[in-house]
Amino acid sequence: MLVFVIRRSLQALLVMFVMSILVFVGVYAIGNPIDILINPLADQIEREHAIAALGLDQSLWAQYVKFLGGALHGDLGRSFVHSTPALGLILERMPATLELAMAAMLIAIVLGIPLGLWAGLKPNSFAGRSIMAGSILGFSLPTFWVGLMLIMIFSVMLGWLPSNGRGPTKELFGVPVSFLSLEGWRHLILPAINLALFKLALLIRLTRAGTREALLQDYVKFARAKGLTNARVIGVHVLRNILIPIVTIIGLEFGSVIAFAIVTESVFAWPGMGKLLIDSINLLDRPVIVAYLLITVFMFIVINLLVDLLYSALDPRVRLADSRG
Amino acid sequence: MFGLVLLGLVVLMAIMAPLISPQNPYDLAQLDVLDGRLPPGSVSADGATFWLGSDDQGRDMLSAIFYGLRISLTVGVASTVLALTLGLALGLAAAYFGGRIETLIMRIADIQLSFPAILMALILLAVLGQGMLKIIVALVTVQWAYYARTVRSAALVEKRKEYVEAARCLALSPARIVFRHILPNCLPPLIVVATVQVAAAIALEATLSFLGLGLPITEPSLGLLIANGYQYLLSGKYWISFFPGIALLLTIVSINLVADQLRDVLNPRLQR
Repeated sequence: MLVFVIRRSLQALLVMFVMSILVFVGVYAIGNPIDILINPLADQIEREHAIAALGLDQSLWAQYVKFLGGALHGDLGRSFVHSTPALGLILERMPATLELAMAAMLIAIVLGIPLGLWAGLKPNSFAGRSIMAGSILGFSLPTFWVGLMLIMIFSVMLGWLPSNGRGPTKELFGVPVSFLSLEGWRHLILPAINLALFKLALLIRLTRAGTREALLQDYVKFARAKGLTNARVIGVHVLRNILIPIVTIIGLEFGSVIAFAIVTESVFAWPGMGKLLIDSINLLDRPVIVAYLLITVFMFIVINLLVDLLYSALDPRVRLADSRG
Repeated sequence: MFGLVLLGLVVLMAIMAPLISPQNPYDLAQLDVLDGRLPPGSVSADGATFWLGSDDQGRDMLSAIFYGLRISLTVGVASTVLALTLGLALGLAAAYFGGRIETLIMRIADIQLSFPAILMALILLAVLGQGMLKIIVALVTVQWAYYARTVRSAALVEKRKEYVEAARCLALSPARIVFRHILPNCLPPLIVVATVQVAAAIALEATLSFLGLGLPITEPSLGLLIANGYQYLLSGKYWISFFPGIALLLTIVSINLVADQLRDVLNPRLQR
């Protein structure tokens, strides 16, 4: 167990190190941020001054070594555009992304598991077939286009909900959140639905497949033979057994929801980390891009590790030492 | 069946785009800015009808969609074929040789698959820049691991079967055993994965182009057309984004439906 965690952590460090080099060199190669950042009317002396101030006068390797030295002390460099620490910039945007991702995941879970259960129990009924058809559609609809259509229907045509931004936020334990006010909810609901759609389709399919499989098992037949009520058979015997893979997927997919939030945030101008990344890529703001990646990779590795640990806790048959570390 | 017919229609539209389009949407001489942003069914200055409306430069949306389909399908198919070839080679190598080669290849695939495709592709494009070739490179890099994993697991099962042992006893060369004996038996699951991945590649390309990181404006795929209409959406001019989205949706749905059917046809457990 401990060996497993240590090996995973070492591997994580290696991945982060390789990623940082790749992105550092890659972003260095595509363009000179100075051309975007500096006033085109600036004279040569001002230009050189600005280049030196950003540390861009040094060689690439000198810049990377400097970055690495800082990173070991928790300093991921300063944003070229905002002139503030990149780490702070991202952490400032993180609550918005996490709030959106959690809201989306919640919608997917609350709707997906019951719908999948229903479709699994009555696979040939009209409702069961409709749910499955809907889930294929949910898989096929491009997220960003659905976002545009939601804006078109609910913001432009009906005028019910705002189309962009986060609305007023309130502080909860010092973290700004939207869901404490009605206006915040109005801003949150469309992006959250948009982000939830894909995961909803996934959860429906997963729950349905699990339910159909579980219903054929002997323990379900036995429970029915004992004369247990339908509610108890489904609620206790079926549900408990299909929850293990579902919990795993929910955990793993949380990371992918954060990644997909990049798209939803761009559509709804939601001020989260994903939108910051897109803006930074367009402005060649290298420190922010590198910092975003390192933080995201770190988050992913933590999530994957937690899911593995949780899985072994839920299912005693899983042995971590044997799994691919 | 429905999926196959729909997919056939979509492919036909893409191939025949220059023949069936009312105008060549990228011949600037044929465009009139005064025809810009006309709603569907409007008649242009030179008498042609914009059945699906026109965009901000007076371009017929129907023609733009036909040409966009071409680009989207080309990117999707090209990246899938390349990723399939690469994944196939690496997966077979891992399964056949085992040992360090296998560990190295599969570990890289594992690490890569633990990150969502969109994030990987985004990083790559941020580094590579825009362009059709670059987006194909990014999609191949993202997708090879799916195939490598599928092929390896299928090949590992096949490798232990008796016909492979028989082939070894006949002293056939490893290349012949891998390509003539093991590979054909690994294909069914791979075909299903590849079909699904074409749809995924098209959706991913559209998303990346929408974010401004995929194709340049000179090669407008469906995603770029949708992005182009985004700014007019808020003023109620829905058609510039709406119709390319429908085309994208139909393409992806038809491919997914075909993949679903293929899965049933190729699944030995369902064959009685």
